[in-house]
Amino acid sequence: MARKKRTGSKGIGRDWRTQLELHGMLLPGSLMMIVFSILPLVGLLIAFKDYKPAMGFQGIFTSKFNHFENFRQIFISDQFWPMVRNTLGINLIGQVVSIFATLSFALLLNELVNQKFKSMVQTITYMPHFLSWVVFGGLCINLLSPDGGFVNTILTALHIVEEPVLFLADAKYFWGVAIVTGLLKDLGWGAILYLAAISGIDPTLYEAATIDGASRWQRIRNVTVPGIMPTIMIMVIFAVAGMLNNNFTQIYVFQNVLNMPASQVIDTYVYNVGLKQFNFGIGTAASLMKSVLAILLLFGANFVSGKLTDSSLF
Amino acid sequence: MVRSKSIGEKIFHGFNITLMVLLILVSLYPLYYAVINSMNTGYAIQRGFSLFLPADFTMESWRTVLSDPSMLGALGLTALRTAIVTVASTVVTTMFAYAYSRPYLRGKRFYSGLGVVSMYFSGGVIPFFLLISTLGLYNNFWVYIIPSLFGGYYNVIIYNTNFKALPDALFESAKVDGAKEFTIYWKIVMPLSKPVLAALCVFTAVGVWNDYSTTLYYTQSPQLKTLQYCILELVQSYNAADQLTSSAMSASASISELFSQNNNAVVNAKTIELAAMVLSAIPMIIMYPFAQKYFVQGVMLGSVKG
Repeated sequence: MARKKRTGSKGIGRDWRTQLELHGMLLPGSLMMIVFSILPLVGLLIAFKDYKPAMGFQGIFTSKFNHFENFRQIFISDQFWPMVRNTLGINLIGQVVSIFATLSFALLLNELVNQKFKSMVQTITYMPHFLSWVVFGGLCINLLSPDGGFVNTILTALHIVEEPVLFLADAKYFWGVAIVTGLLKDLGWGAILYLAAISGIDPTLYEAATIDGASRWQRIRNVTVPGIMPTIMIMVIFAVAGMLNNNFTQIYVFQNVLNMPASQVIDTYVYNVGLKQFNFGIGTAASLMKSVLAILLLFGANFVSGKLTDSSLF
Repeated sequence: MVRSKSIGEKIFHGFNITLMVLLILVSLYPLYYAVINSMNTGYAIQRGFSLFLPADFTMESWRTVLSDPSMLGALGLTALRTAIVTVASTVVTTMFAYAYSRPYLRGKRFYSGLGVVSMYFSGGVIPFFLLISTLGLYNNFWVYIIPSLFGGYYNVIIYNTNFKALPDALFESAKVDGAKEFTIYWKIVMPLSKPVLAALCVFTAVGVWNDYSTTLYYTQSPQLKTLQYCILELVQSYNAADQLTSSAMSASASISELFSQNNNAVVNAKTIELAAMVLSAIPMIIMYPFAQKYFVQGVMLGSVKG
């Protein structure tokens, strides 16, 4: 009763019956998190062990430690450097291009006068985000097909190229294909966040800028961009943290034997070499390294951003 | 303001509108291209894809896809999985988020700790595979349902923000009347949260419908193929054209029969693939504008205040 008096009207719900009900409601979700998110962390042990798939569940604990042999296997593998290069290359270029393009798209969208047209553009450009990578990627493969696909038909008709370009069979085009298709799929969707941030800017700032004779470009540069800087920084932090995370579902759809030198990234390596060829220890070691680096990158980017721009995630 | 109608302004607007129209075309054309070519005959496609209208109109590919038992099986499985997971995970997640949002909940730190760890740390594909096989879910229909029953802590954050925005008086008067927590959640909070529910249900449904990696990682039997996975097989086998009649197709009786005939038939691998793609995209295209107006609300609330 003392507690009730002290906390006033907030005292309701402190009785054990209510607490029991609440914890009961939290139970299914908590069990799910414990079983499907926390429990698999135990499996990370096999990154340091000589684990064979036939050993089953107990094998996670009973198999022998092999002194970082799995990690050594990854480093000496001739797939190691191409895989690191592809992961970083596709992500680095892709993120720079996508942040720049999405931001520009949002800014230009914001300059449209006709609101109906603006919302129509938005609705239609969201659409690819809701298609699966199998469908969107499959469509792109068809459009890029050397046997009379749209892109090659146009390119040859305009005499830009003489022979159809083998976009997916030639490794040198793979990064470009991955980056451009990734951008097209999420351009509209990514702009939502920036547009919402732009709509939060105080309109009197624009009025003042206009009265002072600021041009459109000056208004964008000196009012809009500084106004959405925190949002931009958050996107940059996420981009840096996700530097080692490729979109498996995207890459896997485009991947084939011919473009493998440019398309094998850490995530596909974990699947192709780890899961498919039963090198469970090696696959786990690769994804563990990736996760640890990703967390360091997240904290690092967050720290730097907090120091430089006062905007950080936590 | 006279300056704002200058030639420079007009050029800018002209450029901007042209660019936007171009982006609209880029967003719409790939799907349109699939629609027209799925209505093309196989031999027309052999000569080259149609760009604007089907060169040789036929609905034969659609008829084949919609009468192929393995394709229909995959469609049914995907629809069933999407429906069960969307409903069940929404109930589990909102129930969690409701209890989590109550200011009088004790031990909240435990739950937020659990949530944050589950959000940032992951064992990766292989430890998850070991768990799935230990639980007996490998190559089992339930692998599509059970691991997805909780929508994730990120969704909890979004629901939590929305539930906290509801007026306190509502909860207090219900508590004073002696209502049970579950009753408050089910009868008061859920009906008042339709916008965020609609938005997150659509997200969940889209994610489940579009997923193929669960099939790829954790199943192997042909009966457990999802629609997206069937399309993936068609896409990949077409890329390796000489492998058309290989194992990937053998599960699907009538389609593999088509491949064993020559590729110049009315229906061929390509037209089937395109029809299946369009078929699987239809539900998404119907669904997304419906909940579009709630997206910004739902997503923003979570990411700004979260």
